[in-house]
Amino acid sequence: MKEFSSSTEYKPVIGFEIHVELATKSKMFSPAPNNPDEKEPNKNIDEIVTAQPGTLPVANKEAIRLAALVGLALNCQIDEWSKFDRKHYFYPDLPKGYQISQYDQPISKNGYLDVSVGGKIKRIGITRAHLEEDAGKNVHPEGLPYSLVDYNRAGCALLEIVTEPDIENGEEARAFLTELRNIIRYVGASEADMEKGTMRCEPNISVRRPGETTLPKYKCEVKNINSFKFAEAAINYEIERQTELLKEGKTPKQVTMGWNEREGKTVEQRSKEEANDYRYFPEPDLPVLQFSKDYLDDLRRAIPELPAQKRERFKSEYGLDDAAIENLINWKELTFYFEEVVSEIDEWARQEPGLDRLALIKQAANWCLQDFSAMLNAKMVNPNDAPVTPENFAELVKLIIQGKISGSAAKTVFKVMFEKGGEPLSIIDDLGLHQVSDESAILSAIDKVVAANEKAVADFRTGQEKSFGFLVGQTMKELKGKGNPQVINKLLREKLKS
Amino acid sequence: MDFTYLSLTELRKLLDKKQISSVELTKYFLERIKKSDLNAFITISEEQALKQAAAADDYIASPGENPFLCGIPYAAKDLFCTAGVRTTAASKILDNYIPPYDATVIEKIKEQKGVLLGKTNLDQFAHGSSGETSAYGPTKNPWDKSRMPGGSSSGSAAAVAAGLIPWATATETGGSIRIPSSFTGVCGWKPTYGRVSRYGVIAMGSSLDSPGAMAYSVEDLARLAEIMAGADGKDSTTGQAMVPAYSKNLTVSLKGVRIGIAEEYFLEGMDERVKQTIQGAIGELEKLGAELVKVHLPISAKYGSLVYAIVAPSEISSNLARYDGIRYGHVTKNASDLMEVYTKSRAEGFGDEAKRRIMTGTYVLSAGYYDAYYKRAQKVRRMIVNEFTKVFSQVDVLTAPTAPSVAQKLGYAANDPLFGYITDQLNIPSSLAGLPAISVPSGFVPAHDDPSTNLPVGLQIIGPQWGEQKIFNVGYAYQQATDFHKKHPRVDSGK
Repeated sequence: MKEFSSSTEYKPVIGFEIHVELATKSKMFSPAPNNPDEKEPNKNIDEIVTAQPGTLPVANKEAIRLAALVGLALNCQIDEWSKFDRKHYFYPDLPKGYQISQYDQPISKNGYLDVSVGGKIKRIGITRAHLEEDAGKNVHPEGLPYSLVDYNRAGCALLEIVTEPDIENGEEARAFLTELRNIIRYVGASEADMEKGTMRCEPNISVRRPGETTLPKYKCEVKNINSFKFAEAAINYEIERQTELLKEGKTPKQVTMGWNEREGKTVEQRSKEEANDYRYFPEPDLPVLQFSKDYLDDLRRAIPELPAQKRERFKSEYGLDDAAIENLINWKELTFYFEEVVSEIDEWARQEPGLDRLALIKQAANWCLQDFSAMLNAKMVNPNDAPVTPENFAELVKLIIQGKISGSAAKTVFKVMFEKGGEPLSIIDDLGLHQVSDESAILSAIDKVVAANEKAVADFRTGQEKSFGFLVGQTMKELKGKGNPQVINKLLREKLKS
Repeated sequence: MDFTYLSLTELRKLLDKKQISSVELTKYFLERIKKSDLNAFITISEEQALKQAAAADDYIASPGENPFLCGIPYAAKDLFCTAGVRTTAASKILDNYIPPYDATVIEKIKEQKGVLLGKTNLDQFAHGSSGETSAYGPTKNPWDKSRMPGGSSSGSAAAVAAGLIPWATATETGGSIRIPSSFTGVCGWKPTYGRVSRYGVIAMGSSLDSPGAMAYSVEDLARLAEIMAGADGKDSTTGQAMVPAYSKNLTVSLKGVRIGIAEEYFLEGMDERVKQTIQGAIGELEKLGAELVKVHLPISAKYGSLVYAIVAPSEISSNLARYDGIRYGHVTKNASDLMEVYTKSRAEGFGDEAKRRIMTGTYVLSAGYYDAYYKRAQKVRRMIVNEFTKVFSQVDVLTAPTAPSVAQKLGYAANDPLFGYITDQLNIPSSLAGLPAISVPSGFVPAHDDPSTNLPVGLQIIGPQWGEQKIFNVGYAYQQATDFHKKHPRVDSGK
């Protein structure tokens, strides 16, 4: 990470507004179902969602619980009370003419999130996280003189997270977003999927001139970002664009930019500064939210192990390397699966004290991150959707470590397990993939090979290492390809030395 | 047989004894409604009513006890959403609106198998104290058709007073049940805020709106309260407190009851004969054993209407934002872009009074004014609540004139921009405090502009929060000793 200690540098100032659609069964203020996957327009609506005259909101308790849970996981302060406010503006996707949101007493505030960037810990301040309802979607059929509105998304529970302008570059932004998404997923608040729009992020970017210590008088918001990669790219692009302007002595305009994925650049969307007056006032239809000490204590206890703690444990307890840990943590379902495999391994290790537990765990992590990940990705499914159980997974790993099956044969076996399920031993039986590690069987094969290849044996003894490979190959052939290579190596060398 | 002006208990008996069927009663009242020229109804739901009545008759014919309202016709103020029955709020912006759902109150009456005959006229979106802001024309007062029935629940009051219907739902935000009850000589109950669910009642001022009822006696109101009140999972502002059996607890004696009299309710400049009538009524209460206690409500009297003038329009401007021509209701035919859909639909659909309140509310909520107006008003509102709380630590109920005058001539309100402000000022402070109140007929005085016309005067009884039982008890005792509530206008030969 670059240090911006010198006053001669242009120093970017970046903050985020992040919207997360909470994974509640029903909407924020109505019993209509919340389903981000619904394709048929206006299916998940009722009289409250469509703001029929006379309807009233009732706050979703689960949404409040999830919002508070995320707040606690982000080290936020949660006051004894919170309230909802009305935010007014007219737009067809906003049925009531106001959005129920939170203005001056959000559920949580003053938190932070520590993220690791280039081996260093960076603390990003969380200004606030508040609950609100989502809007619907305006649809503009091509070539037709009208627009349509789909209210499926209208009224869904949204958590808006606002950060301090603590982020200084695209890499930090990406690391922050990744860690935030992980936390939200680990506490079960949302699937937080950028592509599906259940997590949406809008960075505000500006750049300080050298020596400038206050916040710049302008900022540019970037919209239309649907992946962390694009967030990083858009931020780096904006930093460069703004820095160029500043170097020319100009001040960038306060504009809303859109990320153009195809061209890999940001494009101005709206230059007019809209002086919106939302006329916030406390929502009279909803009583003040009260958070008792007991409620918050229960919630604190309900926070599962968070990514940071998991990382620590995977390192100290399992001895996994950083890259493997990161790849696991970033796939919550795979991490959970891996841990189930580990508990099966622990079971084996208890039963067979000779087993090397850490070697098994490392082998399991490798299999999770390589073959298993590749197969899951190819099918676009999560570990629990595949027929291979953690128990069978662990057993296969054990067989590999015990040398009962070769690495290449294991791949064949795992493929069958992934497709159809089943126990590795019976698959090995069916396919005849047992590995011969039995020393007497291997020795008798070696004896045959040594006897039949006098020339090669003589060549090896005169220092021609190449001949050794030939003799190994012949032994393997004699064993029909099922010999354990390590054992063959060891015994053949011993034989030839004698 | 004449079925007008029978109490709900009497109608219950007739139906239970099968001396009349619900269908016959329904036809009887539909006939009266259709013959009436009071403009009390916006929509008559004859077809649905006859179906409901037939269903009620089937239910009555089957063995077992009948719910209290089973088979009894009623009317709903056209602010209550009724599934399948047009609901307009007396505004052109909802002229074509048929709700897909029932208000909680309507649902409760449906469960009892009450029979809805139609939707009554009101001030547009309940904005008014005379009934004259309705887009469907003013309602007439059955005591004198050249006069207003008071508003905003003008149609419900006129219909009950004229014997077009045995009872009707109504709503109050700041006087809208009490004023028309007083002007038409019926009994009106404005519940404690949160006692009756607001769900499905088209919102005016969300922190003030209280759906209630109008009928011929306090006993009827107590019976209706038992049915209408209660916590509602669809309205987070309803109170959880159990609903007492109000009608069973009614008492005849007022011994030991402390009645507060605040001089602030006897305004300088109000109709002297109204004042005297109310003093007479208070004397009656004293005769019944009540102890009269002088109390003071200076903050409420001085600031109540001003606070209301900020809080109500703020909430109104927000609540009316949903009428945008996008999903339902009136949509302009002359829009060339989205902004015009909004501006023209709303300009064409809303009446002047709604527009006035939208503008006022939008102004006081806008950046830079919010703190000076809305926030400060809410602080004063808190002081008003505290002032009432203190008074109710000394007395059981407060009594006062419901209105400073009797019904004025139609058109009077249009010429006096302060009409509502003056008319409602004795109701607004207790509305701001969310308190329950009833208005009961307590005499007649000649109109100041026409001494030959006698017009009803209402006595209001205000109670502490959730204190419905106390006001019903005082009203009931009063009605056992007086018969003003049994006087009815001669509708068919009226002026």
